[in-house]
Amino acid sequence: MDLSAINPVLLIASLMVAATPILLAAIGELVVEKAGVLNLGVEGMMIIGAIAGFATAVESGSPTLGFVVAAAAGAALSLLFVFLTQVVLANQVASGLALTLFGLGLSALLGQSYVGVRPPEMAQIQLPVLSDLPFVGPILFSHDPVLYFGIALTAAVGAMLKFTRGGLILRAVGENHDAAHALGYKVVRIRILAILFGGACAGLGGAYISLIRVPQWTEGMTAGIGWIALALVVFASWKPWRALLGAYLFGGVTVMQLNLQAAGVAIPVEYLAMSPYLITILVLVILSADKSRAPAALGRIFHASR
Amino acid sequence: MIRLEKRQQPSRAWSLATPLVAVMATMVMGGLLFAALGKPPIEAIRTIFWEPLFGEFSFYYRPQLLIKGAPLVLIAIGLSLGFKAGIWNIGAEGQYIIGALSGAGVGLAFYPLEAWYVFPLMVLVGALGGWLWAMIPAVLKTKFDTNEILVSLMLVYVAEQLLASMSLGLLKNPQGYGFPGSRNLQQYDSAHNAELIAGTGLHLGVVAALIAVIFAYILLNRHMLGFHIRLTGQAPRAARFAGVNPTRLVLFCLGMSGALAGLAGLFEVSGPAGVVSIDFNVGYGFTAIIVAFLGRLHPVGILLAGALMALTYIGGDIAQSKLGLPSAAIQVFQGMLLFFLLAFDLLTNFRIRFGTPETA
Repeated sequence: MDLSAINPVLLIASLMVAATPILLAAIGELVVEKAGVLNLGVEGMMIIGAIAGFATAVESGSPTLGFVVAAAAGAALSLLFVFLTQVVLANQVASGLALTLFGLGLSALLGQSYVGVRPPEMAQIQLPVLSDLPFVGPILFSHDPVLYFGIALTAAVGAMLKFTRGGLILRAVGENHDAAHALGYKVVRIRILAILFGGACAGLGGAYISLIRVPQWTEGMTAGIGWIALALVVFASWKPWRALLGAYLFGGVTVMQLNLQAAGVAIPVEYLAMSPYLITILVLVILSADKSRAPAALGRIFHASR
Repeated sequence: MIRLEKRQQPSRAWSLATPLVAVMATMVMGGLLFAALGKPPIEAIRTIFWEPLFGEFSFYYRPQLLIKGAPLVLIAIGLSLGFKAGIWNIGAEGQYIIGALSGAGVGLAFYPLEAWYVFPLMVLVGALGGWLWAMIPAVLKTKFDTNEILVSLMLVYVAEQLLASMSLGLLKNPQGYGFPGSRNLQQYDSAHNAELIAGTGLHLGVVAALIAVIFAYILLNRHMLGFHIRLTGQAPRAARFAGVNPTRLVLFCLGMSGALAGLAGLFEVSGPAGVVSIDFNVGYGFTAIIVAFLGRLHPVGILLAGALMALTYIGGDIAQSKLGLPSAAIQVFQGMLLFFLLAFDLLTNFRIRFGTPETA
């Protein structure tokens, strides 16, 4: 065992990379839940994004195009959820599960010929002076653009929800869809847009795993990150900045256990590998005492009788 | 203009018809999918649904129907109790693994002792293992109001890691030349869940599944607890006024589904699978969710749905070897089925009206 092999600078830098897919998916789901919809299909949309982005990047040679297609694919899959929950008014829990089961199957089918292929690399942003700074440089100023996009998106969503009229309407729909409907807001239309946004974010998060974090394609590679993102929304009590904090916490746990595995700690690999899931449960227990922040209409079906 | 009008009562006729319509629609869409993969669609559908039952080698495939169907039905029956009451255990896969691990662990601990009590003890511990694993989300939900969906699902990943650890470590066959995986329980008579009638596929797990169906039917239709489960699902507020204890209900539903999933795992590991290995679980716990919904959360429906789902597994295998259909295609096929089911369920709860509404 050699703990000194763990480099703190690299650890923090890779923590941010590990946190980004969780953050992207969680921010998307946060908006969906703020609109009063519970989409349990995050895992399915992520893995579809992972394979769609991977395949596109490999075929076209452009990771950027891969990310764009991944977002589109995630949104496309969420359209199925839109149809089930907003058009034919099916149970949201069951529909979300269906989305995940379907997405996992479909991604395995699409990904068959991409196992073992290496994707093109995405260039990291290099800033002339800042990236060369001793400690801060590698941590803050030399990552891929998508990582920064995730942080910017978090800030943007936070500002949108808090300061804009659109955010207010979105929250109104999520708190009380009947009242929002009575005020003349298009409840279903707003929810559909929110779900599509959530799908696109989950797709991006998935592609981040297959294109940057791993980077490789293996069947079922999201390994529960979509579900952790769902837990993260609860953890964050539906606040974007707390989602950022939570994502970094989970990223930290993941990276830490991988580092401990590499350092050859006396704990068996399997027990280290289960730690992120156990910590998710622990966090859920600690934080579920306060449910007051949950959107009041979360998971309820809206049907305008007139 | 098309409008939806909520029915006063869910339509009984549509409730029975939607699974059939969904299966039909899945066959059509599945055919299109297979065609897109460059396989002959009608041939593929026929291979999946016809070949295992009436094809040339059906004498070999028919027993498989029981072997694959039993765990699905056993798990889905447990899940359906919770689903009816709005308690979502989606971690049956984990409970299945833990049931198999703990039951097989007991069996392997007794090796090579031959005694009548070894297998019953394994069954007991297997069910207990699944029950305990499901008690984690149950207790957390009742004590801390933690979301049981997320906790039970997280525990699947934990269980998979435990399985890996066990099959590479504690339960590894000491005479297995270093290969991962436990001793083969099929070669240990006292622990072997053998076929009751050779060549039929009828093992104790199948019997347990049938008992579970009957038990669930009686519980839901003739027993106060079953009434409370249904009431809580349909009208939670009314249930509370009627004095239903939600804590007890959560503990019962999750515990029951965990115990049944654990049993399914034990019967699988001591019978058809034989060995605790890293890839011992094949997703029955998740497919059982589809089975539960396809069976309308009704015990008899689940029995039929389990048989159908088992058929797609077997037919999928045949199509894989005969037509080169990728195994993931069957997974997509099963997922599609759940989609169509949920979509067509609209007709159960709503009437579709054409034309603009008269102004009130």
